[in-house]
Amino acid sequence: MNIVVCVKQTPDTAATVTVQDGKVSWGDAPLVINPWDEFAVEQALRTKEAHGGKVTALSLGPEAAKEALKHALAMGCDEAVLVSDPAISAPDSLVVSTVLAAAIAKLGEVDLVFFGRQAVDSDTGLTGAQVARRLGWPSLSLAAAVTALDPGAKTITVARMLDEGRQEVKAPLPAVVSVTKEICEPRYPSFMGIRKASKAPIPVWSLAEIGISAAPQSVLTWPEVFAPPKIETQCEIVAGDSAVAKAAALAARLIEEKVI
Amino acid sequence: MAAKVFVYLDHFNGQILPASLETIGAAKTAAAALGSPLAALVVGPEAQSVAIQAIQHGADEAWVADAAELKDFRAEAYATVVSKALKDAGAEVFMLPATSRTRELAAMVAVDLATGVAPDVVAFEVKDGKLLATRPVYAGKLMTKVMMPQALPQILLIRGRVFPRPEPDAARSGPVNKLDAAVGTVKSEVLGYKPSDGGVSLTDAGVIVSGGRGVSNNPSLTPPAEITDEREKEIWRAQKGFELVRQLAAVLGGAVGASRAAVDAGYVPYSFQVGQTGKVVSPDLYIACGVSGAIQHLAGMRTSKTIVAINKDSEAPIFKVARFGVVGDLYEVLPALAKELGSRLGK
Amino acid sequence: MEFSLTSEQLMVQRMVRDFAQKEAAPRIKELDRDQRADPGLIQRMGALGLLGICLPVRYGGQGLDYISLGLVCEELEYVDSSLRVVLSVHLGLNSLGLLQWGSEAQKLRYLVPQATGEKVAGFALTEPGAGSDVAGLASTARPVDGGYQLQGEKTWISLAGVADHVLWFARTASKAADPHQALTAFILETDRPGVQRGDLHGKLGIRAGSTGWLACDQVFVPVENRLGEEGEGFRIAMACLDGGRYTVASGAAGLIRACLDASVRYAQERRVFGKPLAEVQLIEQKIAGMAQAHAIARLLYLQAGWMKNQGLRNTRETSMAKWYATEAAFACASQAVQVHGAYGYSDEYDVERFLRNARGAMIYEGTSEIHTLIQAGYALGARVDTPLRCELPAYDPAVWSAPGSD
Repeated sequence: MNIVVCVKQTPDTAATVTVQDGKVSWGDAPLVINPWDEFAVEQALRTKEAHGGKVTALSLGPEAAKEALKHALAMGCDEAVLVSDPAISAPDSLVVSTVLAAAIAKLGEVDLVFFGRQAVDSDTGLTGAQVARRLGWPSLSLAAAVTALDPGAKTITVARMLDEGRQEVKAPLPAVVSVTKEICEPRYPSFMGIRKASKAPIPVWSLAEIGISAAPQSVLTWPEVFAPPKIETQCEIVAGDSAVAKAAALAARLIEEKVI
Repeated sequence: MAAKVFVYLDHFNGQILPASLETIGAAKTAAAALGSPLAALVVGPEAQSVAIQAIQHGADEAWVADAAELKDFRAEAYATVVSKALKDAGAEVFMLPATSRTRELAAMVAVDLATGVAPDVVAFEVKDGKLLATRPVYAGKLMTKVMMPQALPQILLIRGRVFPRPEPDAARSGPVNKLDAAVGTVKSEVLGYKPSDGGVSLTDAGVIVSGGRGVSNNPSLTPPAEITDEREKEIWRAQKGFELVRQLAAVLGGAVGASRAAVDAGYVPYSFQVGQTGKVVSPDLYIACGVSGAIQHLAGMRTSKTIVAINKDSEAPIFKVARFGVVGDLYEVLPALAKELGSRLGK
Repeated sequence: MEFSLTSEQLMVQRMVRDFAQKEAAPRIKELDRDQRADPGLIQRMGALGLLGICLPVRYGGQGLDYISLGLVCEELEYVDSSLRVVLSVHLGLNSLGLLQWGSEAQKLRYLVPQATGEKVAGFALTEPGAGSDVAGLASTARPVDGGYQLQGEKTWISLAGVADHVLWFARTASKAADPHQALTAFILETDRPGVQRGDLHGKLGIRAGSTGWLACDQVFVPVENRLGEEGEGFRIAMACLDGGRYTVASGAAGLIRACLDASVRYAQERRVFGKPLAEVQLIEQKIAGMAQAHAIARLLYLQAGWMKNQGLRNTRETSMAKWYATEAAFACASQAVQVHGAYGYSDEYDVERFLRNARGAMIYEGTSEIHTLIQAGYALGARVDTPLRCELPAYDPAVWSAPGSD
């Protein structure tokens, strides 16, 4: 099977993010592979281990994003590709999905693409479905388990976590699957993997190399970024003549303030 | 005048989602600011009845599509219907409630119409005819205001429990029009569905009700005669208290937690412990019952969105971090609260 | 001079940090309270390749460098000293000792299964009557037909209860002119007839670690088990300590960082006199001291690691790093307890464990006093390192990652 897993490089979730001069700053916290993408990489590797084939890690980003790809390689991906072009800056998901779809098309005869649920910086969770739409492939998002996969018959069945419960959906391959944390436990990069990954050549493709002549433009802008206002807690002691009265008053307040 | 502002009604098993109704309210504000009627989009089974409810809650008109291929929600099929409807209407704003279905749907519509999506919107303003939407990023550590200067429609996924739910007016009516429901062959199929069985884990829970040392404090409760040891009597009382904690958690669909004091005293197992040495949690609602609020417990739950404290001792430190407090006996307050919330939430 | 860690080293650091946080951290408090070591953790470390991280692939190792070993130790001790102690005795003292002094046959027979974690290794030097005075140890090794007969007792041996192989040091020449020529090193399998062992409890710290005693009563070891030459034992022991001390130094840097992070966290949450504790100047001073100590400890061990990579003799630098870092770790842990006030005195928080753990490192692998004398010796020119018959191999990425020939 020819499997692709899309990864993004993001700041460490433990980082203190602040706004400096109207821009987001994470200080000297390291950039890491998006934690959700580790689950996607793990699932891609398990799929290859069960059905054979290869896994290619793919990312759109600056040169430094190679470190995220190295993590994927160290976990066991066979190859990694970085799409990087100075013409792309602050891409929104429309741009990212355009680029990733073109890169996947260039990788040729891909059977399955994995995404993590969302990126911990932009938190949009749109890219997987958008890539699927562009490629004309089924999108299976919020996948908590792959319950069946038949490379010969070219079908995949996943269990999706909806708010209301678990839905089983079957789709033909090729397909795009974006995974939640329930799907698996990501393996640590092995030391052998780390050694290999640090030496592995990671080709960098420009937009021209993936058949995009004019750089796609973002349609979404972020005119303002700010820290959420600190709420000074002033405790409101709910009054009442009896415990029952207080409980009723509390319930009313909680519903009024939309806490419940 | 033709509607330029559209709202998507998400529904499941014939029930309209409360978040959908809130989104109608939000969309109505935008529509008013842009001088446009508000059109509701409903796709799938029971679309007609959902559409009528939408109008009763404030939409001026509705557009529905219901066909065999749309029986189960599949984003690729629903997006085809929705994209065509929005394109034909020249829609300028499209709002959806943020649910486990709509993110994928909005994503695909955005590709079809070459526009953008602002997910998880908690507020918005209209500026020079464009929406400026406020949404969290970096797991809520920061907020951004985003806009789409040119692309149309501007798609917003509205976060639930933020905007007010409009009051329905049974007398309100409006046209319900049929949409082109042709979607071609849908590649994926829904095989089955299993509702959640509850059982929320502490770290994932949106609501946590915790019990502390005070949970055993009910001298009027008499343990059975065969329990003679003082400590065992205390544990027995505590377990009765924790029953009340559990019941309230069940009404709210939440998880049960405990302070270290309660765990050390043997009331509940260590897996329930919230705090420095237990689990660190960050639910939307944390109700601390008989919990004093010592710093090591706070370290485990301080980032909860709303903290409610129920404690006999008005000087307990927990009241300093709580948003709402009840000074009272949890043995009386908890059952009353569970009953009150139960009936208000329709459970 | 390149002060940055390589991309490879950063990945190693991150991986071990994740492992320690996910798999060890949740259990440590409970294990420490129960004074119980979890053999499962050693197995996990073995399965992940940690026990052979800086050994060549052809000897079952992971082919990474000595700096990586330091990074691993720093991350393990950040969670608990007992985790780093495993690496100290298994890898730092024993396995690196074999790498330096073992014959090819010994390396294939003992080092390979140790590197993969299949066998657990220990280091038996200290005796009830001989700690700092290594040359004065009493265990004997009497030459017999085909080998030696070992007799004696060792104590304060980490992993005594679970080790499969230990390096055992004994006196082979009781009447040698120079006591430093009287000792010989042996590779001892603990399942040989006559070997007894037991656990020791009641330690002030490292309670989640396994510590015990080993005794040999007329234990026969074949001559193939002798490590190095007769009379080379003291020199071998000292060379092994260059490895062990390096892990202690790097681990202590991790302990300092743990004290710093815990203190920063607590000081930001706790409020006093209407403001966060972190805004009280005397608390700021303590935190600044910890930051300074970490910066120094870290640079010292990284330098020693770099020298090992280059194949340079580093006894002096490793001793300096161990001496500084362990003393600083104890001081920082004490300050961390102070920052936490009464909560620091309770096992509710981690800092009391850091303090108890830190105290031991000033005693083992060379007391602070021994290191003081070592450093004075170097500074005064009284102590000069002469080349050893066998040196620790320099790190060579190509050679070390080459697979073994079957």
